[in-house]
Amino acid sequence: MHNEHVYHGNGIAYELILLIAFLLVFVVYILASFISNRHYKRWPLSRTIFWVVGILCLAVTVVGSLAEQAHIDFSAHMLGHLLLGMAAPLLIVLSAPMTLVMRNLHVKRARQLSKFLKSYPIRILSDPIFASLFNVGGLWILYTTDLYSAMHHNIVLYFFIHVHVFLAGYLFTAAFISIDPTPHRTNFIYRTIVLFFSFANHGILSKYIYAHPPLGVAKAQAEMGSMLMYYGGDVIDIVLIYILCLQWYRFKRPVGPWLST
Amino acid sequence: MVMKANSNPSFLARNLWSGIFFGIGLVAFFDETVFHQILHWHHFYDKSTLGIGLVSDGLFHALSWFATIGGLFLLADLRRRNAFWLKRWIGGMLLGGGGFQLYDGTIQHKLMRIHQIRYVENVMIYDLIWNILAVVMLIISIILIVRTQKDSKPLRGKDSHA
Repeated sequence: MHNEHVYHGNGIAYELILLIAFLLVFVVYILASFISNRHYKRWPLSRTIFWVVGILCLAVTVVGSLAEQAHIDFSAHMLGHLLLGMAAPLLIVLSAPMTLVMRNLHVKRARQLSKFLKSYPIRILSDPIFASLFNVGGLWILYTTDLYSAMHHNIVLYFFIHVHVFLAGYLFTAAFISIDPTPHRTNFIYRTIVLFFSFANHGILSKYIYAHPPLGVAKAQAEMGSMLMYYGGDVIDIVLIYILCLQWYRFKRPVGPWLST
Repeated sequence: MVMKANSNPSFLARNLWSGIFFGIGLVAFFDETVFHQILHWHHFYDKSTLGIGLVSDGLFHALSWFATIGGLFLLADLRRRNAFWLKRWIGGMLLGGGGFQLYDGTIQHKLMRIHQIRYVENVMIYDLIWNILAVVMLIISIILIVRTQKDSKPLRGKDSHA
């Protein structure tokens, strides 16, 4: 194994900066919810909890012993990626950060932001197909090329890939079940089909890793990591499917005295 | 007059689909918990798996979760519209479950070799039981579906003459 890291000397400073950043986003979210409560309906406590747990998922992935272990143990790496790329995005999407931003902006600024969110580039970014390619496609590149081993020797690459995994996970989750204002909402059938294929793709990649360990990963570790990816992915995907179906169920509720189809 | 919900062709199809989805999910769930996790008969990965087997496994694994959850939401939707028809739904469930089990037992296990039912000498017996059970489920499902189809027709006929 040669997954040793290159920046041990700066490790402490690097972790401190990240910790301060995480603390800052905690405080900003909670403050923003309190301030906006004065003008609007009370901000639900559940959203604040989703935010706090979501940011905690991010934090344990990049700071502390799990992050340390992830450099030498593929299963720890995979657990980190489940938290960073699936659990944290899901929780943060459910905390409705964009709605909170809108509540705290001046009307004029909020309109500008809303105009930006309606723009064409955002439309592409928030499309389920694009978000899936960005997300699962990125994982195929990471685990089937030399990128995985290269990542552990280059801090810039390491940083970039981790940011990508989170952002791709966020865009992906938001494309299917966002509760924020979504000007480019696609229909349920389309979202269901795309989510189905990306879920299948995730399972296929998991088993592919079992048979073809990434460069620099021992066979036994790849097998453990693969199963963790397969079943861990299931857990988050079940929640995603459940929420998507629930949104359909609410959307389709019968209205009026006649039972419509 | 309140129209009998069962006779609405759209609900007839929806009862069937809800059952089919749930049946696929049920068999897949049973397979995963009993044969993979509890008995450890099935292997997570078999070296002789073909590439296409990996794809098929991924697709059906994803389908099984979608089918279970989506099928149950469809059922909830039928119930709130007073249109749930148990007999029709069970017909669908056996069709989905039997169809998936037959596909799993013939194409996935044998042709694509994703894994065997159990790693023993005379796996043939296991294969036979597995697939015969699937065919029995399919036969019962067809009987139920045909019967419910017939049951719904006189009702619709009456409605149109009224």
